[in-house]
Amino acid sequence: MAYFFQQLINGLQLGFVYALIALGYTMVYGIVRLINFAHGDIFMVGAYLGFYALTLYHLPFPLAILFAMAGCTLLGITIERFAYRPLRNAPRISALITAIGVSLFLEYFSSLKFVFGPNYLAYPRPFSVCIYQIGTVCISNIQILVVGVSVVLLLILQFIVQKTKTGMAMRAVSYDKNTAKLMGIDVDYIISVTFGIGSALAGAGGVLYGIAYPQIHPFMGIMPGLKAFVAAVLGGIGSIPGAMLGAIIMGIVETMCSAYISSTMRDAFAFAILIIVLLVKPTGILGKREIEKV
Amino acid sequence: MNRTEPVIEIKDLTVSYGAIQALQGISFKVCKGEIVALIGANGAGKSTTLRTISGLLKPRSGEIIFENKPITNLPGHEIARLGIAHVPEGRRPFANLTVYENLRMGAYLINDSRTIQETMNRIFRSFPRLKERFSQPAGTLSGGELQMLAIARALMAKPRLLMLDEPSMGLSPILVNEIFNIIKEINEQGTSILLVEQNAHKALSICHYAYVLETGRVVMEGTGKELYENPRIKEAYLGG
Ligand SMILES: Nc1ncnc2c1ncn2[C@@H]1O[C@H](COP(=O)(O)OP(=O)(O)OP(=O)(O)O)[C@@H](O)[C@H]1O
Ligand SMILES: [Mg+2]
Repeated sequence: MAYFFQQLINGLQLGFVYALIALGYTMVYGIVRLINFAHGDIFMVGAYLGFYALTLYHLPFPLAILFAMAGCTLLGITIERFAYRPLRNAPRISALITAIGVSLFLEYFSSLKFVFGPNYLAYPRPFSVCIYQIGTVCISNIQILVVGVSVVLLLILQFIVQKTKTGMAMRAVSYDKNTAKLMGIDVDYIISVTFGIGSALAGAGGVLYGIAYPQIHPFMGIMPGLKAFVAAVLGGIGSIPGAMLGAIIMGIVETMCSAYISSTMRDAFAFAILIIVLLVKPTGILGKREIEKV
Repeated sequence: MNRTEPVIEIKDLTVSYGAIQALQGISFKVCKGEIVALIGANGAGKSTTLRTISGLLKPRSGEIIFENKPITNLPGHEIARLGIAHVPEGRRPFANLTVYENLRMGAYLINDSRTIQETMNRIFRSFPRLKERFSQPAGTLSGGELQMLAIARALMAKPRLLMLDEPSMGLSPILVNEIFNIIKEINEQGTSILLVEQNAHKALSICHYAYVLETGRVVMEGTGKELYENPRIKEAYLGG
Protein backbone atom coordinates (compact mmCIF):
# COMPACT_ATOMS: atom_id res chain seq x y z
CA MET A 1 0.00 0.00 0.00
CA ALA A 2 2.86 2.34 0.80
CA TYR A 3 4.25 1.61 -2.63
CA PHE A 4 0.92 2.54 -4.16
CA PHE A 5 0.79 5.89 -2.38
CA GLN A 6 4.36 6.53 -3.31
CA GLN A 7 3.49 6.03 -6.95
CA LEU A 8 0.43 8.19 -6.56
CA ILE A 9 2.62 11.08 -5.41
CA ASN A 10 5.02 10.52 -8.30
CA GLY A 11 2.05 10.40 -10.66
CA LEU A 12 0.68 13.66 -9.32
CA GLN A 13 4.01 15.36 -9.89
CA LEU A 14 4.06 14.22 -13.50
CA GLY A 15 0.36 15.01 -13.90
CA PHE A 16 0.78 18.61 -12.81
CA VAL A 17 3.60 19.14 -15.31
CA TYR A 18 1.36 17.68 -18.01
CA ALA A 19 -1.43 19.98 -16.85
CA LEU A 20 0.73 23.04 -17.43
CA ILE A 21 1.32 21.91 -21.01
CA ALA A 22 -2.17 20.58 -21.68
CA LEU A 23 -3.74 23.93 -20.79
CA GLY A 24 -1.97 25.63 -23.66
CA TYR A 25 -3.25 23.03 -26.11
CA THR A 26 -6.77 23.33 -24.87
CA MET A 27 -6.88 27.14 -24.66
CA VAL A 28 -5.46 27.58 -28.14
CA TYR A 29 -7.79 24.96 -29.53
CA GLY A 30 -10.72 26.60 -27.76
CA ILE A 31 -10.05 29.95 -29.37
CA VAL A 32 -8.76 29.18 -32.88
CA ARG A 33 -9.61 25.47 -33.30
CA LEU A 34 -5.96 24.68 -33.97
CA ILE A 35 -3.88 21.88 -32.49
CA ASN A 36 -0.68 23.78 -31.90
CA PHE A 37 1.82 21.01 -32.43
CA ALA A 38 4.68 23.38 -31.65
CA HIS A 39 3.43 23.66 -28.09
CA GLY A 40 5.66 20.86 -26.76
CA ASP A 41 8.64 22.67 -28.22
CA ILE A 42 7.70 25.88 -26.45
CA PHE A 43 7.84 23.76 -23.29
CA MET A 44 11.37 22.70 -24.33
CA VAL A 45 12.44 26.30 -24.92
CA GLY A 46 11.07 27.13 -21.45
CA ALA A 47 13.26 24.44 -19.93
CA TYR A 48 16.33 25.89 -21.66
CA LEU A 49 15.51 29.46 -20.71
CA GLY A 50 15.21 28.34 -17.10
CA PHE A 51 18.48 26.47 -17.45
CA TYR A 52 20.34 29.55 -18.64
CA ALA A 53 18.69 31.75 -16.08
CA LEU A 54 19.90 29.42 -13.33
CA THR A 55 23.38 28.61 -14.63
CA LEU A 56 24.44 31.61 -16.65
CA TYR A 57 22.72 34.46 -14.86
CA HIS A 58 22.52 32.74 -11.47
CA LEU A 59 19.01 34.00 -10.97
CA PRO A 60 17.11 32.73 -7.95
CA PHE A 61 14.56 30.07 -8.81
CA PRO A 62 11.40 32.24 -8.76
CA LEU A 63 13.02 34.72 -11.15
CA ALA A 64 14.28 31.90 -13.37
CA ILE A 65 10.78 30.56 -13.77
CA LEU A 66 9.42 34.04 -14.50
CA PHE A 67 12.20 34.55 -17.05
CA ALA A 68 11.26 31.31 -18.81
CA MET A 69 7.58 32.25 -18.75
CA ALA A 70 8.27 35.68 -20.21
CA GLY A 71 10.48 34.26 -22.95
CA CYS A 72 7.89 31.65 -23.89
CA THR A 73 5.10 34.21 -23.88
CA LEU A 74 7.04 36.19 -26.44
CA LEU A 75 7.79 33.08 -28.46
CA GLY A 76 4.15 31.93 -28.45
CA ILE A 77 2.87 35.35 -29.50
CA THR A 78 5.47 35.56 -32.27
CA ILE A 79 4.60 32.12 -33.62
CA GLU A 80 0.90 32.99 -33.68
CA ARG A 81 1.51 36.34 -35.31
CA PHE A 82 3.73 35.14 -38.13
CA ALA A 83 2.89 31.47 -38.66
CA TYR A 84 -0.78 31.04 -37.77
CA ARG A 85 -2.49 34.41 -38.18
CA PRO A 86 -1.93 34.61 -41.94
CA LEU A 87 -3.70 31.25 -42.17
CA ARG A 88 -6.63 32.14 -39.91
CA ASN A 89 -9.14 31.78 -42.73
CA ALA A 90 -7.32 29.04 -44.63
CA PRO A 91 -8.48 25.42 -44.43
CA ARG A 92 -7.65 23.91 -41.06
CA ILE A 93 -5.26 21.38 -42.54
CA SER A 94 -2.95 24.20 -43.73
CA ALA A 95 -2.60 25.56 -40.22
CA LEU A 96 -2.05 22.07 -38.85
CA ILE A 97 0.77 21.38 -41.31
CA THR A 98 2.26 24.77 -40.48
CA ALA A 99 2.18 23.85 -36.79
CA ILE A 100 4.13 20.69 -37.51
CA GLY A 101 6.60 22.79 -39.51
CA VAL A 102 7.03 25.24 -36.65
CA SER A 103 7.58 22.33 -34.29
CA LEU A 104 10.32 20.82 -36.44
CA PHE A 105 11.88 24.23 -36.89
CA LEU A 106 12.08 24.81 -33.14
CA GLU A 107 13.55 21.35 -32.54
CA TYR A 108 16.25 21.52 -35.19
CA PHE A 109 17.03 25.19 -34.79
CA SER A 110 17.51 24.61 -31.05
CA SER A 111 19.85 21.73 -31.83
CA LEU A 112 22.28 24.04 -33.63
CA LYS A 113 25.58 24.58 -31.86
CA PHE A 114 25.14 28.32 -31.51
CA VAL A 115 21.60 27.95 -30.10
CA PHE A 116 21.05 25.33 -27.38
CA GLY A 117 23.22 22.63 -28.93
CA PRO A 118 22.33 19.00 -29.63
CA ASN A 119 23.56 17.50 -26.35
CA TYR A 120 21.86 16.41 -23.20
CA LEU A 121 22.40 18.87 -20.38
CA ALA A 122 22.15 18.20 -16.68
CA TYR A 123 19.62 20.55 -15.10
CA PRO A 124 20.76 22.48 -12.06
CA ARG A 125 18.65 22.19 -8.94
CA PRO A 126 18.05 25.45 -7.15
CA PHE A 127 18.46 23.70 -3.80
CA SER A 128 19.64 20.29 -2.69
CA VAL A 129 17.14 17.50 -2.66
CA CYS A 130 15.65 16.75 0.68
CA ILE A 131 13.32 13.86 1.31
CA TYR A 132 10.66 13.86 3.99
CA GLN A 133 9.24 10.65 5.35
CA ILE A 134 5.54 10.77 6.14
CA GLY A 135 4.57 7.41 7.58
CA THR A 136 5.84 4.97 5.01
CA VAL A 137 5.66 7.39 2.10
CA CYS A 138 8.50 9.62 0.94
CA ILE A 139 8.02 13.02 -0.55
CA SER A 140 10.82 15.27 -1.76
CA ASN A 141 11.04 19.02 -1.61
CA ILE A 142 11.27 18.92 -5.41
CA GLN A 143 7.89 17.22 -5.61
CA ILE A 144 6.37 19.73 -3.25
CA LEU A 145 7.83 22.54 -5.34
CA VAL A 146 6.54 21.13 -8.65
CA VAL A 147 3.05 20.53 -7.35
CA GLY A 148 2.98 23.78 -5.36
CA VAL A 149 4.08 26.01 -8.24
CA SER A 150 1.69 24.24 -10.62
CA VAL A 151 -1.26 24.66 -8.30
CA VAL A 152 -0.51 28.35 -7.84
CA LEU A 153 -0.26 28.88 -11.60
CA LEU A 154 -3.48 26.94 -12.24
CA LEU A 155 -5.29 29.06 -9.66
CA ILE A 156 -3.99 32.26 -11.25
CA LEU A 157 -5.12 31.01 -14.65
CA GLN A 158 -8.54 30.13 -13.29
CA PHE A 159 -8.82 33.61 -11.82
CA ILE A 160 -7.82 35.29 -15.09
CA VAL A 161 -10.21 33.23 -17.19
CA GLN A 162 -13.18 33.41 -14.85
CA LYS A 163 -12.94 36.81 -13.23
CA THR A 164 -11.10 39.30 -15.39
CA LYS A 165 -12.47 41.21 -18.33
CA THR A 166 -9.79 39.77 -20.60
CA GLY A 167 -10.65 36.25 -19.44
CA MET A 168 -14.32 36.81 -20.19
CA ALA A 169 -13.33 38.15 -23.59
CA MET A 170 -11.27 35.01 -24.20
CA ARG A 171 -14.33 32.90 -23.52
CA ALA A 172 -16.54 35.17 -25.62
CA VAL A 173 -14.12 35.08 -28.56
CA SER A 174 -13.83 31.30 -28.35
CA TYR A 175 -17.61 31.11 -28.59
CA ASP A 176 -18.34 33.64 -31.34
CA LYS A 177 -15.69 35.87 -32.89
CA ASN A 178 -17.97 38.09 -34.94
CA THR A 179 -20.28 38.90 -32.06
CA ALA A 180 -17.23 39.57 -29.91
CA LYS A 181 -16.12 42.16 -32.47
CA LEU A 182 -19.49 43.87 -32.16
CA MET A 183 -18.70 44.40 -28.46
CA GLY A 184 -15.51 46.21 -29.45
CA ILE A 185 -13.30 43.24 -28.55
CA ASP A 186 -10.08 43.19 -30.57
CA VAL A 187 -10.16 39.51 -31.51
CA ASP A 188 -6.54 39.40 -32.72
CA TYR A 189 -5.35 40.84 -29.44
CA ILE A 190 -7.34 38.32 -27.41
CA ILE A 191 -5.94 35.47 -29.49
CA SER A 192 -2.41 36.79 -28.87
CA VAL A 193 -3.10 36.92 -25.14
CA THR A 194 -4.34 33.33 -25.24
CA PHE A 195 -1.21 32.12 -27.01
CA GLY A 196 0.87 34.14 -24.57
CA ILE A 197 -0.75 32.67 -21.46
CA GLY A 198 -0.67 29.12 -22.82
CA SER A 199 2.99 29.46 -23.71
CA ALA A 200 3.88 30.97 -20.34
CA LEU A 201 2.37 27.94 -18.61
CA ALA A 202 4.30 25.60 -20.91
CA GLY A 203 7.48 27.55 -20.12
CA ALA A 204 6.91 27.14 -16.40
CA GLY A 205 6.20 23.46 -17.05
CA GLY A 206 9.54 23.17 -18.84
CA VAL A 207 11.47 24.54 -15.88
CA LEU A 208 9.63 22.32 -13.40
CA TYR A 209 10.16 19.30 -15.63
CA GLY A 210 13.87 20.08 -15.82
CA ILE A 211 14.08 20.26 -12.06
CA ALA A 212 12.08 17.09 -11.51
CA TYR A 213 13.65 14.93 -14.23
CA PRO A 214 16.99 16.71 -14.42
CA GLN A 215 18.07 16.30 -17.99
CA ILE A 216 17.16 18.38 -21.03
CA HIS A 217 17.73 18.24 -24.78
CA PRO A 218 16.16 19.89 -27.85
CA PHE A 219 13.75 17.02 -28.51
CA MET A 220 12.56 16.69 -24.94
CA GLY A 221 9.27 18.43 -25.77
CA ILE A 222 7.96 15.78 -28.13
CA MET A 223 6.84 13.11 -25.68
CA PRO A 224 5.49 15.33 -22.88
CA GLY A 225 3.87 17.44 -25.60
CA LEU A 226 2.09 14.46 -27.11
CA LYS A 227 1.07 13.14 -23.70
CA ALA A 228 -0.28 16.52 -22.69
CA PHE A 229 -2.17 16.63 -25.96
CA VAL A 230 -3.68 13.23 -25.15
CA ALA A 231 -4.52 14.60 -21.70
CA ALA A 232 -6.30 17.57 -23.26
CA VAL A 233 -8.30 15.26 -25.53
CA LEU A 234 -9.06 12.96 -22.61
CA GLY A 235 -10.40 15.85 -20.54
CA GLY A 236 -12.28 17.30 -23.50
CA ILE A 237 -10.30 19.58 -25.76
CA GLY A 238 -11.29 23.20 -25.32
CA SER A 239 -12.20 22.69 -21.66
CA ILE A 240 -9.81 24.14 -19.07
CA PRO A 241 -10.93 22.01 -16.11
CA GLY A 242 -10.94 19.07 -18.52
CA ALA A 243 -7.28 19.61 -19.39
CA MET A 244 -6.31 19.71 -15.71
CA LEU A 245 -8.28 16.56 -14.94
CA GLY A 246 -7.05 14.73 -18.05
CA ALA A 247 -3.44 15.61 -17.24
CA ILE A 248 -3.63 14.38 -13.65
CA ILE A 249 -5.19 11.13 -14.87
CA MET A 250 -2.49 10.73 -17.52
CA GLY A 251 0.30 11.35 -15.02
CA ILE A 252 -1.08 8.82 -12.57
CA VAL A 253 -1.90 6.18 -15.19
CA GLU A 254 1.55 6.47 -16.70
CA THR A 255 3.32 6.23 -13.36
CA MET A 256 1.18 3.31 -12.21
CA CYS A 257 1.83 1.55 -15.48
CA SER A 258 5.58 1.90 -15.04
CA ALA A 259 5.33 0.74 -11.46
CA TYR A 260 3.03 -2.23 -11.81
CA ILE A 261 3.26 -3.36 -15.43
CA SER A 262 6.38 -2.30 -17.23
CA SER A 263 8.08 1.01 -17.77
CA THR A 264 8.58 0.27 -21.44
CA MET A 265 4.83 -0.08 -21.81
CA ARG A 266 3.91 3.29 -20.37
CA ASP A 267 3.99 5.24 -23.63
CA ALA A 268 1.93 2.56 -25.36
CA PHE A 269 -0.52 2.87 -22.51
CA ALA A 270 -0.69 6.63 -22.79
CA PHE A 271 -1.54 6.52 -26.46
CA ALA A 272 -3.93 3.64 -26.02
CA ILE A 273 -5.88 6.10 -23.87
CA LEU A 274 -6.10 8.46 -26.84
CA ILE A 275 -7.46 5.72 -29.09
CA ILE A 276 -9.97 4.57 -26.49
CA VAL A 277 -11.19 8.12 -25.84
CA LEU A 278 -11.59 8.78 -29.53
CA LEU A 279 -13.57 5.57 -29.93
CA VAL A 280 -15.74 5.75 -26.82
CA LYS A 281 -16.21 9.42 -26.04
CA PRO A 282 -14.58 11.68 -28.63
CA THR A 283 -15.63 14.79 -26.71
CA GLY A 284 -13.60 13.71 -23.66
CA ILE A 285 -14.64 13.68 -20.03
CA LEU A 286 -15.70 17.31 -19.65
CA GLY A 287 -15.91 18.36 -23.29
CA LYS A 288 -19.11 19.50 -24.90
CA ARG A 289 -20.28 18.61 -28.33
CA GLU A 290 -19.50 21.40 -30.71
CA ILE A 291 -22.71 23.30 -31.19
CA GLU A 292 -23.12 24.14 -34.84
CA LYS A 293 -23.61 27.86 -35.07
CA VAL A 294 -25.97 29.04 -37.74
CA MET B 1 -39.32 66.40 -40.05
CA ASN B 2 -36.57 67.81 -42.23
CA ARG B 3 -33.91 65.22 -42.11
CA THR B 4 -30.80 67.38 -42.04
CA GLU B 5 -28.58 66.10 -39.24
CA PRO B 6 -27.44 62.61 -40.20
CA VAL B 7 -25.87 60.40 -37.56
CA ILE B 8 -24.97 57.86 -40.17
CA GLU B 9 -25.05 58.10 -43.91
CA ILE B 10 -24.63 55.22 -46.36
CA LYS B 11 -23.68 56.15 -49.91
CA ASP B 12 -23.85 53.81 -52.90
CA LEU B 13 -22.85 50.76 -50.90
CA THR B 14 -22.22 47.54 -52.78
CA VAL B 15 -21.34 44.29 -51.06
CA SER B 16 -20.83 40.82 -52.50
CA TYR B 17 -20.35 37.32 -51.19
CA GLY B 18 -18.10 35.91 -53.87
CA ALA B 19 -20.12 36.09 -57.05
CA ILE B 20 -23.39 36.96 -55.30
CA GLN B 21 -23.92 40.68 -55.17
CA ALA B 22 -26.04 41.15 -52.06
CA LEU B 23 -26.12 44.97 -52.06
CA GLN B 24 -26.20 46.74 -55.39
CA GLY B 25 -25.52 50.31 -54.42
CA ILE B 26 -27.80 51.39 -51.60
CA SER B 27 -27.97 54.83 -50.01
CA PHE B 28 -29.81 55.90 -46.90
CA LYS B 29 -29.32 57.78 -43.68
CA VAL B 30 -30.37 57.87 -40.06
CA CYS B 31 -30.71 61.33 -38.56
CA LYS B 32 -30.26 62.43 -34.99
CA GLY B 33 -33.01 61.16 -32.71
CA GLU B 34 -34.71 59.08 -35.39
CA ILE B 35 -35.92 55.53 -35.57
CA VAL B 36 -35.30 54.47 -39.14
CA ALA B 37 -36.71 51.17 -40.34
CA LEU B 38 -35.23 49.02 -43.06
CA ILE B 39 -37.85 46.60 -44.31
CA GLY B 40 -37.73 43.99 -47.03
CA ALA B 41 -38.33 40.36 -47.84
CA ASN B 42 -36.03 37.47 -46.99
CA GLY B 43 -32.70 37.82 -48.73
CA ALA B 44 -33.20 41.50 -49.59
CA GLY B 45 -29.87 42.35 -47.97
CA LYS B 46 -30.94 43.84 -44.64
CA SER B 47 -28.58 41.87 -42.44
CA THR B 48 -25.80 42.34 -44.96
CA THR B 49 -26.28 46.09 -44.62
CA LEU B 50 -25.96 46.02 -40.85
CA ARG B 51 -22.99 43.66 -40.93
CA THR B 52 -21.20 45.94 -43.36
CA ILE B 53 -21.83 49.01 -41.21
CA SER B 54 -20.42 47.10 -38.22
CA GLY B 55 -17.27 46.21 -40.13
CA LEU B 56 -17.89 42.45 -40.19
CA LEU B 57 -18.08 42.62 -44.00
CA LYS B 58 -15.99 44.75 -46.31
CA PRO B 59 -17.90 46.64 -48.99
CA ARG B 60 -16.87 46.40 -52.59
CA SER B 61 -17.55 50.07 -53.09
CA GLY B 62 -19.40 52.95 -51.50
CA GLU B 63 -19.03 54.93 -48.33
CA ILE B 64 -20.25 54.83 -44.75
CA ILE B 65 -20.08 58.07 -42.80
CA PHE B 66 -20.73 58.11 -39.06
CA GLU B 67 -20.94 61.47 -37.32
CA ASN B 68 -19.20 63.08 -40.30
CA LYS B 69 -16.26 60.66 -40.26
CA PRO B 70 -15.80 57.97 -42.90
CA ILE B 71 -15.70 54.55 -41.24
CA THR B 72 -15.93 52.47 -44.38
CA ASN B 73 -12.91 50.23 -43.94
CA LEU B 74 -12.37 50.28 -40.19
CA PRO B 75 -12.14 46.90 -38.42
CA GLY B 76 -15.22 45.85 -36.44
CA HIS B 77 -13.90 46.49 -32.95
CA GLU B 78 -12.97 50.07 -33.83
CA ILE B 79 -16.41 50.79 -35.21
CA ALA B 80 -17.93 49.65 -31.93
CA ARG B 81 -15.59 52.05 -30.16
CA LEU B 82 -17.03 54.98 -32.10
CA GLY B 83 -20.48 54.43 -30.60
CA ILE B 84 -22.32 52.00 -32.88
CA ALA B 85 -23.92 48.96 -31.29
CA HIS B 86 -25.42 46.10 -33.25
CA VAL B 87 -27.93 43.55 -31.98
CA PRO B 88 -27.31 40.77 -34.47
CA GLU B 89 -29.86 38.57 -36.16
CA GLY B 90 -30.57 35.52 -34.03
CA ARG B 91 -29.46 37.36 -30.84
CA ARG B 92 -26.14 35.55 -30.67
CA PRO B 93 -25.64 35.45 -26.94
CA PHE B 94 -22.38 34.13 -25.55
CA ALA B 95 -24.12 30.99 -24.36
CA ASN B 96 -21.12 29.86 -22.32
CA LEU B 97 -21.09 33.11 -20.32
CA THR B 98 -23.54 34.10 -17.60
CA VAL B 99 -26.09 36.86 -18.09
CA TYR B 100 -23.89 39.17 -16.04
CA GLU B 101 -20.81 38.31 -18.09
CA ASN B 102 -22.68 38.90 -21.33
CA LEU B 103 -23.63 42.36 -20.12
CA ARG B 104 -20.08 42.96 -18.94
CA MET B 105 -18.85 42.10 -22.45
CA GLY B 106 -21.34 44.61 -23.83
CA ALA B 107 -19.51 47.22 -21.77
CA TYR B 108 -16.10 45.95 -22.88
CA LEU B 109 -15.00 49.40 -24.02
CA ILE B 110 -16.10 51.20 -20.88
CA ASN B 111 -13.38 51.36 -18.28
CA ASP B 112 -15.13 53.10 -15.43
CA SER B 113 -16.75 50.48 -13.21
CA ARG B 114 -19.13 53.06 -11.67
CA THR B 115 -20.54 53.86 -15.11
CA ILE B 116 -20.90 50.17 -15.86
CA GLN B 117 -22.77 49.57 -12.60
CA GLU B 118 -25.10 52.51 -13.19
CA THR B 119 -25.85 51.45 -16.75
CA MET B 120 -26.52 47.93 -15.57
CA ASN B 121 -28.90 49.10 -12.88
CA ARG B 122 -30.79 51.23 -15.37
CA ILE B 123 -31.01 48.30 -17.77
CA PHE B 124 -32.35 46.04 -15.03
CA ARG B 125 -35.19 48.51 -14.52
CA SER B 126 -36.22 48.01 -18.16
CA PHE B 127 -35.50 44.28 -18.11
CA PRO B 128 -36.27 43.03 -14.60
CA ARG B 129 -36.26 39.46 -15.83
CA LEU B 130 -32.56 39.68 -16.66
CA LYS B 131 -31.83 40.68 -13.10
CA GLU B 132 -33.45 37.48 -11.85
CA ARG B 133 -31.28 35.47 -14.26
CA PHE B 134 -28.13 37.40 -13.38
CA SER B 135 -25.77 34.48 -12.74
CA GLN B 136 -27.41 31.96 -15.04
CA PRO B 137 -25.55 30.83 -18.19
CA ALA B 138 -27.06 32.69 -21.14
CA GLY B 139 -27.49 29.37 -22.94
CA THR B 140 -30.32 28.51 -20.57
CA LEU B 141 -32.51 31.55 -21.28
CA SER B 142 -35.76 31.45 -23.25
CA GLY B 143 -36.02 33.05 -26.68
CA GLY B 144 -37.67 36.19 -25.33
CA GLU B 145 -35.13 36.54 -22.54
CA LEU B 146 -32.33 36.09 -25.07
CA GLN B 147 -33.69 38.94 -27.18
CA MET B 148 -33.80 41.14 -24.09
CA LEU B 149 -30.27 40.10 -23.22
CA ALA B 150 -29.07 40.92 -26.74
CA ILE B 151 -30.61 44.40 -26.58
CA ALA B 152 -29.41 44.97 -23.03
CA ARG B 153 -25.90 43.87 -23.97
CA ALA B 154 -25.82 46.38 -26.81
CA LEU B 155 -27.09 49.15 -24.51
CA MET B 156 -24.28 48.50 -22.04
CA ALA B 157 -21.93 50.20 -24.51
CA LYS B 158 -24.03 53.41 -24.30
CA PRO B 159 -24.18 53.66 -28.10
CA ARG B 160 -25.26 56.73 -30.01
CA LEU B 161 -26.53 54.54 -32.85
CA LEU B 162 -28.26 51.28 -32.06
CA MET B 163 -28.86 48.83 -34.88
CA LEU B 164 -31.34 46.02 -34.32
CA ASP B 165 -31.70 43.06 -36.67
CA GLU B 166 -35.21 41.58 -36.46
CA PRO B 167 -35.79 41.99 -32.74
CA SER B 168 -39.31 40.59 -33.05
CA MET B 169 -38.28 37.32 -34.63
CA GLY B 170 -39.79 34.30 -32.93
CA LEU B 171 -41.48 36.22 -30.13
CA SER B 172 -45.10 36.03 -28.98
CA PRO B 173 -47.27 39.08 -29.84
CA ILE B 174 -47.21 40.31 -26.24
CA LEU B 175 -43.45 40.13 -26.12
CA VAL B 176 -43.19 41.84 -29.51
CA ASN B 177 -45.17 44.76 -28.10
CA GLU B 178 -42.97 44.84 -25.04
CA ILE B 179 -39.78 44.85 -27.13
CA PHE B 180 -41.10 47.61 -29.38
CA ASN B 181 -42.04 49.71 -26.37
CA ILE B 182 -38.54 49.32 -25.07
CA ILE B 183 -37.11 50.35 -28.45
CA LYS B 184 -39.26 53.47 -28.37
CA GLU B 185 -38.11 54.23 -24.85
CA ILE B 186 -34.46 53.84 -25.79
CA ASN B 187 -35.02 56.22 -28.67
CA GLU B 188 -36.79 58.76 -26.48
CA GLN B 189 -33.75 58.77 -24.21
CA GLY B 190 -31.70 60.04 -27.15
CA THR B 191 -30.32 57.05 -29.02
CA SER B 192 -30.76 57.00 -32.78
CA ILE B 193 -31.99 53.66 -34.05
CA LEU B 194 -31.68 51.68 -37.25
CA LEU B 195 -34.29 48.93 -37.14
CA VAL B 196 -34.35 45.97 -39.51
CA GLU B 197 -37.66 44.16 -39.47
CA GLN B 198 -39.77 41.55 -41.22
CA ASN B 199 -42.70 42.71 -39.14
CA ALA B 200 -43.47 45.71 -41.36
CA HIS B 201 -46.65 46.58 -39.44
CA LYS B 202 -44.81 47.13 -36.23
CA ALA B 203 -41.75 48.69 -37.78
CA LEU B 204 -43.72 51.24 -39.80
CA SER B 205 -45.84 52.13 -36.80
CA ILE B 206 -42.94 53.16 -34.60
CA CYS B 207 -40.40 54.51 -37.08
CA HIS B 208 -39.96 58.10 -38.15
CA TYR B 209 -38.68 57.16 -41.56
CA ALA B 210 -38.32 53.94 -43.52
CA TYR B 211 -36.57 52.46 -46.50
CA VAL B 212 -37.77 49.44 -48.47
CA LEU B 213 -35.08 47.08 -49.67
CA GLU B 214 -35.58 44.68 -52.55
CA THR B 215 -32.80 42.40 -53.84
CA GLY B 216 -30.05 44.70 -52.72
CA ARG B 217 -31.65 48.00 -53.79
CA VAL B 218 -33.61 50.70 -52.03
CA VAL B 219 -36.87 50.77 -53.97
CA MET B 220 -38.91 53.13 -51.84
CA GLU B 221 -38.59 55.46 -48.91
CA GLY B 222 -40.76 57.74 -46.86
CA THR B 223 -42.13 58.38 -43.40
CA GLY B 224 -43.67 55.43 -41.62
CA LYS B 225 -47.10 56.85 -42.26
CA GLU B 226 -46.51 57.40 -45.98
CA LEU B 227 -45.32 53.88 -46.52
CA TYR B 228 -48.07 52.46 -44.36
CA GLU B 229 -50.63 53.98 -46.66
CA ASN B 230 -48.83 53.15 -49.88
CA PRO B 231 -50.86 50.53 -51.80
CA ARG B 232 -47.81 48.71 -53.09
CA ILE B 233 -46.34 48.36 -49.62
CA LYS B 234 -49.74 47.31 -48.32
CA GLU B 235 -49.88 44.50 -50.79
CA ALA B 236 -46.29 43.31 -50.56
CA TYR B 237 -45.47 43.74 -46.89
CA LEU B 238 -48.61 44.34 -44.89
CA GLY B 239 -50.68 41.48 -46.25
CA GLY B 240 -53.11 43.44 -48.44
N1 LIG C 1 -22.37 34.24 -45.93
C1 LIG C 1 -23.00 34.33 -47.11
N2 LIG C 1 -22.51 33.75 -48.20
C2 LIG C 1 -23.13 33.86 -49.41
N3 LIG C 1 -24.26 34.53 -49.58
C3 LIG C 1 -24.82 35.13 -48.55
C4 LIG C 1 -24.23 35.07 -47.25
N4 LIG C 1 -25.00 35.76 -46.39
C5 LIG C 1 -26.03 36.24 -47.13
N5 LIG C 1 -25.93 35.86 -48.42
C6 LIG C 1 -26.86 36.21 -49.51
O1 LIG C 1 -26.98 37.61 -49.56
C7 LIG C 1 -28.31 37.99 -49.77
C8 LIG C 1 -28.77 38.94 -48.68
O2 LIG C 1 -28.75 38.26 -47.44
P1 LIG C 1 -29.16 38.95 -46.07
O3 LIG C 1 -28.85 37.99 -44.96
O4 LIG C 1 -28.55 40.28 -46.01
O5 LIG C 1 -30.73 39.08 -46.23
P2 LIG C 1 -31.81 39.63 -45.22
O6 LIG C 1 -32.49 40.75 -45.89
O7 LIG C 1 -31.22 39.89 -43.91
O8 LIG C 1 -32.81 38.39 -45.15
P3 LIG C 1 -33.65 37.81 -43.90
O9 LIG C 1 -34.83 38.65 -43.74
O10 LIG C 1 -34.00 36.42 -44.36
O11 LIG C 1 -32.74 37.80 -42.73
C9 LIG C 1 -29.11 36.71 -49.83
O12 LIG C 1 -29.34 36.41 -51.18
C10 LIG C 1 -28.23 35.68 -49.21
O13 LIG C 1 -28.42 34.42 -49.79
MG1 LIG D 1 -31.41 39.05 -42.09
